[in-house]
Amino acid sequence: MTTLSLDSVFRRVRDTGFYRSIVRHGAASTNRNRSLLVFENLFLHVHPVKVRARTLRFTHTYWLGGIALACALVLVATGVLLMFYYHPSVPQAYRDMKELEFVVDDGLFLRNMHRWAAHLMVFATFLHMMRVFFHRAYRPPRQFNWVVGVVLLLVTLLLSYTGYLLPWDQLAFWGVSVGTNMAKTAPLIGEKARFLLLGGNIVSENALLRFYVLHCVVLPVALLLMLSVHIWRVRKDGGVQGPPEPPPDREEVR
Amino acid sequence: MSTVPPIDVVDSVDPVSVPKRIALVRPDRRPAVRTTEEKYVMTFPNLIVREVVLFQIVVIGLALAAIAFDAPLEGIANPLETPNPAMAPWYFLGLQELLHYFPPVVAGVLMPLLVVVALVVIPYARINLTAGPLWQGSGTHRAIVVFVAGGVIVGLFAVFRCWPIVVPTVAVLLAMFAARGSSGRVRSLLAKVTLPEWIMAWFAIVATVLTVIGTFFRGPGWSFVWPWTRAVGF
Repeated sequence: MTTLSLDSVFRRVRDTGFYRSIVRHGAASTNRNRSLLVFENLFLHVHPVKVRARTLRFTHTYWLGGIALACALVLVATGVLLMFYYHPSVPQAYRDMKELEFVVDDGLFLRNMHRWAAHLMVFATFLHMMRVFFHRAYRPPRQFNWVVGVVLLLVTLLLSYTGYLLPWDQLAFWGVSVGTNMAKTAPLIGEKARFLLLGGNIVSENALLRFYVLHCVVLPVALLLMLSVHIWRVRKDGGVQGPPEPPPDREEVR
Repeated sequence: MSTVPPIDVVDSVDPVSVPKRIALVRPDRRPAVRTTEEKYVMTFPNLIVREVVLFQIVVIGLALAAIAFDAPLEGIANPLETPNPAMAPWYFLGLQELLHYFPPVVAGVLMPLLVVVALVVIPYARINLTAGPLWQGSGTHRAIVVFVAGGVIVGLFAVFRCWPIVVPTVAVLLAMFAARGSSGRVRSLLAKVTLPEWIMAWFAIVATVLTVIGTFFRGPGWSFVWPWTRAVGF
C-alpha cells in the first residue's frame, strides 16, 4: 500500500495523459523543464529562460512597473464584477452605488478596492516613470518604449478620470465639470472636443454613457494593446534596465 | 595599413530562396568577443516566484485598504448646486492649482501640452547620454547661464505671483549652486547630478507641491485653508 502524500498526488496528476496534453514538460525540478515551463507558456514567454541575477534586486527597478501591472489586473477583476451591478443611466447609476453599499454582498468592498487600486496605479505609474528617468533607462535602444510608457501614463490618467464620473455623485459630477471646462479653453478644437466627449454642452446623461463606454471598453482595450507592446519591448530591448552600469569588463579574442 | 574596400551588403529580394548567413571579418579587425562575468539565474523559479509574491502583496495591501477605508460617496449629482470649491480628482489638482494663477488656456492646455511634449522628446534629444555632472569641468560661464535661466523662470512665475512654483524653483537653484563646492558629504552627492536630472527633479518637486496644495490646502473660493478644517474627498 502506497502512502498518500501531496507529492505523490501531484506526481500522479502530472503523469496523466490529459495533463501532459496541456503541459508537455514534466516537473520543474530540472533546469531543462524550468526552461520549458517559461518557453512553452504563452503568458510566461515574454520572459527569457534565464535572467541576469542583478535584475532581481529590489533597487534595480523597485518593482514599480510590476505594481502598476498588478493594479491593472486587480482593476480588471473588480471592474468586471462591478459592471454586473451598474447601469450607466441617471439616476440609476447613483442608486447602484447605494445598492453596492447596502444590498450587494461585498459590494462596498469591491468598489473600495477598485478605487484604491486606481489611485495606486496612477501613483505607481508616475513613480515608475521617475525611476526610469533617473536610471537613464530611456537611452538607446529603449527610446520608443519610453514613448509607449508616456502614452500608457496618459491612458491610465484617462481611465481613472472617466471612472471618476461613473458613481454620479456630487464629487464625480463637479470633478468632471471642472476638468472638461479646462479642455474647453483649447484654441480651435476645445469646444468641439468637449462636445464630442460629453455628448452635449454640459455633463449630462449622455456624458455618463460616453464615459462608461470609454472606461469599460475603449480605454481598457487601448491599455491592453499598449501594455502588450510595452512589456514585449522590454524583452526585445534587452531586459529591464536598472541603474546605469559600466561597459562590459573586457574584450577577449577567441 | 592597407586600405580596406567598403563591404557591399546585398539584400536578397527573392522570396523563394533560403537566405544564407555569412560572417565577414575585415582584415583590420579582430574577431573580438565581449565577455562579462555577469551571473544568470533561471527565470523559473527565481523571477516568477518574485512576481507572484509581488502580486500577492499588492492584492493583500489593497484588500486591507478596502476594508479600512471606504470610497467617498456624496449626494446625487445636482447641476444646480455647485460645491465650493468644485475640485477635480487629485492627479489634476496640480493643474487646477495653476488655474488659480494663469489664464485657463495656459494652465489647462499649454502647460500640460508642454509637459507631454517634453516627456516624449527626452530619449530623442540626446539627454543624459554621457551623463556628465552639471558643474564638471565648467568655468564661470556655465554658472552665469544657469543663474540667468533660473532667474528668468523665477521672475516669470513671480510676475504671476505663483509662489508654489517660485519657492521650489529658488530652493532647487540654491541646491544647484551649493553643489558647485565639493566639500562635505551632501555636496559631493549633489555634485554628481546632471542638468537633465536637476530639471526633472525640479519638475517632480513643483508637481508634488502644486498637487499637495491643491488637494489639502484649498477651501471656498480656492482660498488657502489648513487641511484639518475641511474634508478631503478622493
